[in-house]
Amino acid sequence: MNLTRVAAVAHKEWREIIRDRLFFGMAFGVPLLIMLVLGYGLSLDVENIPFAVVDYDRSELSRDYIHQFSDSRYFHYLGEARNEEELARLLADSRIRLALVIPERFQERLLGDRPVAVQALIDGMFPYRAQTTKGYLAAINGRLNQELLVDYLARRQGLTPERAERLVAPVRLEQRYLYNQAIKSDWSMAPGLMMLVLMVSPPFLTALGVVREKESGSIYNIYASTVTRGEFIVGKLLPYALVSAFNILVLWVVAMGLFGAPFKGHAGFFYLASVVYVICTAGIGLLISILVRTQVAAVLLTMVLTFIPAMIYSGFLVPVESMTPQAQMQARSFPPYYYLQIVWGAFLKGQGWHELWMPVVVLAVYALGLWSLGLALFRKRPRR
Amino acid sequence: MIDWWRRSLVMVVKELLQLSRDPVLLAVLAWFFTADIYVAGSGISMDLRKASMTVVDLDQSEASRELIDRFRMPYFNVREEVLSGRAATAGLDRGTRMLALEIPPHFQRDLDEGQTAGVLLQVDTTNTMLGTLATSYAGQILARYTTDRALEQLGLSDLQLASLPRIEEQRRVWYNPNQITPWFMSISELMTVITMLSLMLPAAAAVREKERGTIEQLAVSPLTPFQILFPKVVAMTLAILAGTAVALFGILLPVFHVPVKGSLTLFFAVTALYVVAVSGLGLFIATIARNLGQVSMLVIVVLMPMLLLSGAWTPPEAMPWALRQIMVISPLYWFIELGYGILLKGAGLDILWDSVLGLAILGAVIFAFGVLRFKRQFG
Repeated sequence: MNLTRVAAVAHKEWREIIRDRLFFGMAFGVPLLIMLVLGYGLSLDVENIPFAVVDYDRSELSRDYIHQFSDSRYFHYLGEARNEEELARLLADSRIRLALVIPERFQERLLGDRPVAVQALIDGMFPYRAQTTKGYLAAINGRLNQELLVDYLARRQGLTPERAERLVAPVRLEQRYLYNQAIKSDWSMAPGLMMLVLMVSPPFLTALGVVREKESGSIYNIYASTVTRGEFIVGKLLPYALVSAFNILVLWVVAMGLFGAPFKGHAGFFYLASVVYVICTAGIGLLISILVRTQVAAVLLTMVLTFIPAMIYSGFLVPVESMTPQAQMQARSFPPYYYLQIVWGAFLKGQGWHELWMPVVVLAVYALGLWSLGLALFRKRPRR
Repeated sequence: MIDWWRRSLVMVVKELLQLSRDPVLLAVLAWFFTADIYVAGSGISMDLRKASMTVVDLDQSEASRELIDRFRMPYFNVREEVLSGRAATAGLDRGTRMLALEIPPHFQRDLDEGQTAGVLLQVDTTNTMLGTLATSYAGQILARYTTDRALEQLGLSDLQLASLPRIEEQRRVWYNPNQITPWFMSISELMTVITMLSLMLPAAAAVREKERGTIEQLAVSPLTPFQILFPKVVAMTLAILAGTAVALFGILLPVFHVPVKGSLTLFFAVTALYVVAVSGLGLFIATIARNLGQVSMLVIVVLMPMLLLSGAWTPPEAMPWALRQIMVISPLYWFIELGYGILLKGAGLDILWDSVLGLAILGAVIFAFGVLRFKRQFG
């Protein structure tokens, strides 16, 4: 490996990046933009669930019941429907996600100490939202039932309200949310987005860098030159790696400054681990660029190979724990899974080398493997 | 007029030929519509499954045992009992346990004496989705335990229970009664793939001509700018529709058993409309970019927010109000409502006409805008 030649290739590549203003701007701008848009917009909270009601009772109690939902920030009341058919239409049209049907004699039965059945229809299209909606529903109904029971006991058995309350709700659940106290999405979301952005953007840069030369034919200059394969690849990709290493810092600042994510870990460790990750993902781009001939194919292949693992198999949106064993195997074979542990560990849990050496080593091995494979497959003499 | 159509047809054939001569690209397309959708849809569950849990039982009584017993599969998996709260927290810190339940001493005595007893549940909420679900399920379990115990203590018989004032919840989940995640994920991924390709393929086809200079040849041919661009869109739409059919009949129906309740003709018609609309966006990108590197960067800039904010992955209702308003101009937002509406909910045009109209108007505006800009560059 001749360092002068590496520097020459790197210098040439840097010039090319700088001279393409749009590309240059976007190499820095795209990661930042994605981080900002998704950081502000992407939210896993289930709130404002639009719902409608058919109220056959139209009594004071039934209105109170509806208020329990419409006053909650989890639900967004869209009004009354005439009948169940209209509710079905609204559900099919995705206007509402929850429909309540309050039967006739709702108030009469409750005041007469009799149970009453309220129908709830939930849109099951998005399973997570349906599950969470079910939970909210059960919580509201449960609380109301407790109040009804306390009231009943106080009236019928002559207990004081305090005594009845203690009888009805003897166990108090104290929940403590660790690491992300407010269950604010932002805290885990912003560091998680670093994982996503750094998985997607570096491979794009590297893959395009090499395939562009292939498609335009300028790679024949390299084939005919004294530059060796290793020198070419290292020199070629060095500028892109540096851009991404710089982007890590920008994203980090945004995650903490704009989204208020706390960083409890060791900064030096985290930066080093992030650079290893970027080298690793850039290696994916390198491998793609060797496999394909056109830039379109490179871009599309990069999208499939980076986006899905980062979104689905990293544990970012869907917990790895709850996957089937086969899917867990898949998750463990992609780098984002390991980097997410590092990001969340370093940001939210204040972990460092001691707890996280394992994922860093895995990423390093991964990077080494990808780059060696890339080097082995790159041919200066194309067979064609 | 006949000439006009014949020339357009020749251009469509030319685009299809060009597409078919890039075997790597074809392989990537095949991967997109089969393996990719399979990978995204299989094995993933957006539900809490076997959340690992540590228990600290400082009471060791019948009452505490019964409560612990209720935290069971499939949602929770009590892995072990430890002796102190500190040991439980250590498991959470290491990330090997997700929940820790701590029952205080004298739990049963307090309950028997009618005192309030507190139990402590610590939840690792690093993963918001999991944390939300775990909290919600744990709350439900405890509420049921509490009620059962209270009723038992009051000594109410079943007959008396029937004469208590209470609200009974008759809950039904429509369209996906068992919340089978693969139904959602596979359709969602199919839409993602369609979006990605309709944005990228026409944009790339247009810019490639610019990059190679072949656009000059087309510019001097007896073709209008519209005739140059529209065949590209038609060819790519055909390819994407073919891929959609493969995904639908090759993966979604036989592998994931997605129930198709609505009209497939309507679904394909809506998909075609959507592809054309998004292609317009791609052509617009092609007018800004000078080479494919720029195209792909711009495509990501447009694609990422579109995918992540339209409700393909996350519930869109909880987004900030302003963003929700902006998403109305995203074609994917409409397509998601339409796609799920037709496939899962069995809705027809009578219900969905307004969304179809919205998509059509949006598509026409975007497409006209894209062509207009292209015309100005090469007209």
